[in-house]
Amino acid sequence: MRPFKFTNTSNASSAINLLIKNPNAKFLAGGTNLLDLMKEDVERPDELIDLGRLDLTAVRPLVTGNNVVGISIGGLGKNTDAANHPLIRKDYPLLTKAILAGASAQIRNMATNGGNLLQRTRCSYFYDIAMPCNKRLPGTGCSAMQGINRMHAIFGWSDSCIAVYPSDMAVALSALNASVKVMQPSGTARIIAIHDFHRLPGNHPEKDNNLDHGELITAIEIPKNKFAANSAYIKVRDRNSYAFALVSVAAGLELAGGKIISASIAMGGVAHKPWRATHAENILRGKMATVENFQMAADAEMEDARPLAHNKFKIGMGKKTIVYALEQAFKGTGYKA
Amino acid sequence: MNENKTKLTEEEKKLFGDLMPEELDEIISSGLNRRHFMKLMGLASAGLLASHLIGAEQLFARSAEIGDIADLAPAAIENGINVSFKVNNTAKKVLIDSRATLLDTLRERLDLTGSKKGCDHGQCGACTVIVDGKRVLSCLTLAATCEGKSVITIEGLAKDNELNPMQAAFLKHDGFQCGFCTPGQICSAVALMKEAKEGQASFVTADVRQNQQSVILSDEEIAERMSGNICRCGAYPNIVAAIKEAQTGKNVEQTWLFAG
Repeated sequence: MRPFKFTNTSNASSAINLLIKNPNAKFLAGGTNLLDLMKEDVERPDELIDLGRLDLTAVRPLVTGNNVVGISIGGLGKNTDAANHPLIRKDYPLLTKAILAGASAQIRNMATNGGNLLQRTRCSYFYDIAMPCNKRLPGTGCSAMQGINRMHAIFGWSDSCIAVYPSDMAVALSALNASVKVMQPSGTARIIAIHDFHRLPGNHPEKDNNLDHGELITAIEIPKNKFAANSAYIKVRDRNSYAFALVSVAAGLELAGGKIISASIAMGGVAHKPWRATHAENILRGKMATVENFQMAADAEMEDARPLAHNKFKIGMGKKTIVYALEQAFKGTGYKA
Repeated sequence: MNENKTKLTEEEKKLFGDLMPEELDEIISSGLNRRHFMKLMGLASAGLLASHLIGAEQLFARSAEIGDIADLAPAAIENGINVSFKVNNTAKKVLIDSRATLLDTLRERLDLTGSKKGCDHGQCGACTVIVDGKRVLSCLTLAATCEGKSVITIEGLAKDNELNPMQAAFLKHDGFQCGFCTPGQICSAVALMKEAKEGQASFVTADVRQNQQSVILSDEEIAERMSGNICRCGAYPNIVAAIKEAQTGKNVEQTWLFAG
């Protein structure tokens, strides 16, 4: 690991001030991804600003006037605490399931909610500093394009980068229409819709998201929804546990009897960001919740897929996972084992 | 050989005199070695050692002591950080390089080599320790972030001469083969008991919308919740049996299943 200065503070604005003074400084939250990447020499900050003492950990109802309109989750709260908060388990079980689908108990005890959003791809070529990688070193090329790309994207990739974004939590947040609340260097808050937070690679795969240097994630806000009992997070992976997704699907159905008022569907493991399945959602709106309709929606969603040499299987797997997630959501068993 | 390493107390002499009289002279003259340890483990698995075991464990730990390492002068470290924290309920103050992980600090600076460096990348769980009551990976924790915290390692689980029930259950059920992952497995399992008591959910929890205290963990729950600890010897059925027994306090028969 390269030398770095270790700085800490218990105050958000002073943390931001420290960061903007040094373009090579990084915030340190849980460190589960950053420290690993520093050991691999992929990340090379010369200063770490430890956020471990900042008081941005609370989970609390989001209130407008006298009305509870959603929930706010502290940016520096731990993943374990978010997943297990009674309000989240009851009203946002989709988020609980997605967080618990990721990593291991030890890592969830360390990882923060804001940090989870900022984790970087696990593309093996990104991790291997002997390999060209546009995300790690812009302009050097994409090794995965001609390499082993079984784990890689089928949607939204560019010639510059075919990596996928690894978070499970963010896939649920996408289906839940969450927003990311950040503090800017000026001290004012900026609210970024989760769909605008992460980016497709385009010509700048080195940028994973639209956060600027000096912006700090203070909270994740989730509006109320009407599908807590009819939601599901399904993750397909090479091992039963503790592995990244080949394909995952977060689904929520707002129902009136057997009829779908609206569907929220997002996919993980298929793109450079959580992939919102808008084609499928549009097809399902107003339709009966039948397996035939679920299949039609899944087929439509996967029509735009552009598979690579080694990941054609993700198209069939994606269809089946969408259908299965919708079935589980409809039956009300999606938040059960 | 440092004389301190091999000098036995009267109590320890009695222990080895009882357990392996033919080895006593050798232990006194040249210290403990791996062969003695293997013999002890053989006695342990035959159930002949329970009451003596802790004394023996402590003696082995003592035999590995390498004396105090003189701290480096502050000027010798470019990004030196002074960290004060508790390790196994003892206050420690160390000057570290900002890059030092908690794992390396425990092993290299505090002589607590129980926590193991397996992958050093957060994938195997061998370095699991308990920080402020929660299991974490010491290889992905900077020691500099541990200021004021309380760290419990495998060396801190026993109370005086009494094993932690999880340690005893791992011994009884042979929850290991080579033993390299065992300190991490046991620390992880000890913290898991608290998580289950608090009613924390896992990905395989029957219904995450129901909050439930004091969850009794099924085999499937234990497997999911322990998935961050890899055992390449594959002692998993024994580990699951040990955790079940430690949790319920009841005798548990080991169940063998082929991976589904």
